Amino acid sequence: MNKILIIAEHDGQNLNPATAKTVSGARPMSADAIDLVIFADSVSEVARQAAALEGVDRVLTVEGDDFAHPTAARLAPEVVAMASDYSHVLAPSTTFGKDLLPRIAALLGVNQVSDIMEVIDARTFKRPIYAGNAIITVKVPDGSKVVATIRTASFAAVKDGGSASVESLSAQAEDPGHTRFVKVEGSDGEGPDLASAPRVVSGGRALGSSENFDIIFSLAKSMGAAVGASRAAVDAGYVPNELQVGQTGKIIAPDVYFAIGISGAIQHLTGIKDAGTIVAINKDAEAPIFEVADIGLVGDLFAIVPELEKAIS
Amino acid sequence: MKILVAIKRVVDYNVRVRVKSDGSGVETDGVKMSINPFDEIALEEALRIREKGQADEVIAVSIGGAEVQQQLRTALAMGADRAIHIDSESAVQPLTAARVFRALVDKEEPGIVFLGKQAIDDDCNQTGQMLAALWDRPQATFASKVELDGSKATVAREVDAGLETLEIDLPAVMTSDLRLNEPRFVKLPDIMKAKRKPLDTIAIGDLGIEDAVNLETVAWEPPPKRGGGIKVESVSDLVTNLKDRGLL
Repeated sequence: MNKILIIAEHDGQNLNPATAKTVSGARPMSADAIDLVIFADSVSEVARQAAALEGVDRVLTVEGDDFAHPTAARLAPEVVAMASDYSHVLAPSTTFGKDLLPRIAALLGVNQVSDIMEVIDARTFKRPIYAGNAIITVKVPDGSKVVATIRTASFAAVKDGGSASVESLSAQAEDPGHTRFVKVEGSDGEGPDLASAPRVVSGGRALGSSENFDIIFSLAKSMGAAVGASRAAVDAGYVPNELQVGQTGKIIAPDVYFAIGISGAIQHLTGIKDAGTIVAINKDAEAPIFEVADIGLVGDLFAIVPELEKAIS
Repeated sequence: MKILVAIKRVVDYNVRVRVKSDGSGVETDGVKMSINPFDEIALEEALRIREKGQADEVIAVSIGGAEVQQQLRTALAMGADRAIHIDSESAVQPLTAARVFRALVDKEEPGIVFLGKQAIDDDCNQTGQMLAALWDRPQATFASKVELDGSKATVAREVDAGLETLEIDLPAVMTSDLRLNEPRFVKLPDIMKAKRKPLDTIAIGDLGIEDAVNLETVAWEPPPKRGGGIKVESVSDLVTNLKDRGLL
């Protein structure tokens, strides 16, 4: 019997959209039950959102002050204490899931399947390697627990419409004390979330400076898009790290993706492969970005971007 | 304090990897091999900590056949004090790699084990976290800034929301993200010097670690190609196209 436990990601108030995508990735594993566990200092609102997700049978909540900003070291033993009831333990392949799940897998004595992009059956999955240059099919041996992260760009979020039961559990482990949360600093939170936005406008090294990058923000604002960036633009300090799209940044699947002044290194392309439509604007007609772009426009971005913004608004 | 640094031999960052035509793996014959870039960043950070007088010894560790000694020599040329080659005929998966490091932790008693956040071949992003679990010690993954203060470290981590700061007690596991530092270039005299630095080989079987149940790779395939796109000549053509597709 297959029973799946999904670790919910949230910010204390709202469920992260990556969680609904993880449920979507879990459904083709034809489980007898899909449970979702929430660790939070105050669970009620997040639990309400989780219970509404289609396909979730039970929402398990573990409430406590420890879980305001829980670390992997705090959470892993909690999940391990629950895991004996489950054949599968899943989390989204976000920095939250990537940090936490291998710690759980090691305590359970199993190898983890990272970044599932397609489910063949309950134990067989496709996942990308070499920055997406190859796709492998991996099988988890019979009798071994499946511990896996779900590549959220590969799955559409499940819809609301479910009515899971909500059950409260007590914490099983103690804070080890050796790992202490200090703070988290992010951008001001204006505009849509890069990881889940249907439209994304990204800028690259060709922008040349942090000031010049403002035209990307302005274009994005005019169409209600989120802003992204190539590694080169982040490394150059034009924008903060959380905007990076690619192999080691965010892997996204918007309906439309604008790559502006981005040459299209393979490490960047792996982050946008699942975009519906890719639009490339670049002065170099030979740039590799044009090999994957659905619509390409060769020219000077400093002329094109303001003109495009004007045409849209 | 000692710092152990994980060094994985991988296909070089600049090589465009292709799946073999018979689907049995990826083409690695005659392909340039290098230190995994994240491991190089981890090593650089360990060296800087030692150069600040906060560590005494940096030990580079690699798992694999005799060929990984090339990458260990490069690590020694960068400045590692000595190297340990864990000899293994077959490639190891992350849990086994973590168990190898767990065994080495008992032998070497390091204050920090520094790894790359992921290897650019299998893109797993697991070994550091697994080691921290087996060792029952803190993990500071995806580090973009590390500050040591006696038996504590403050680490800024690159997370989806921005930068998260953790304070951890040593000993601990850290994994490097891209912007932690820029690794130094190796100079020719350092390559000569590296040849005389100690490099010990230990058979993986002599570490007394448990066999892990491995994931089985049953198929390899190239990624799906995106369909051919079009080029437009002007912004108005672009806007028309986007409108036709219902995207504006």
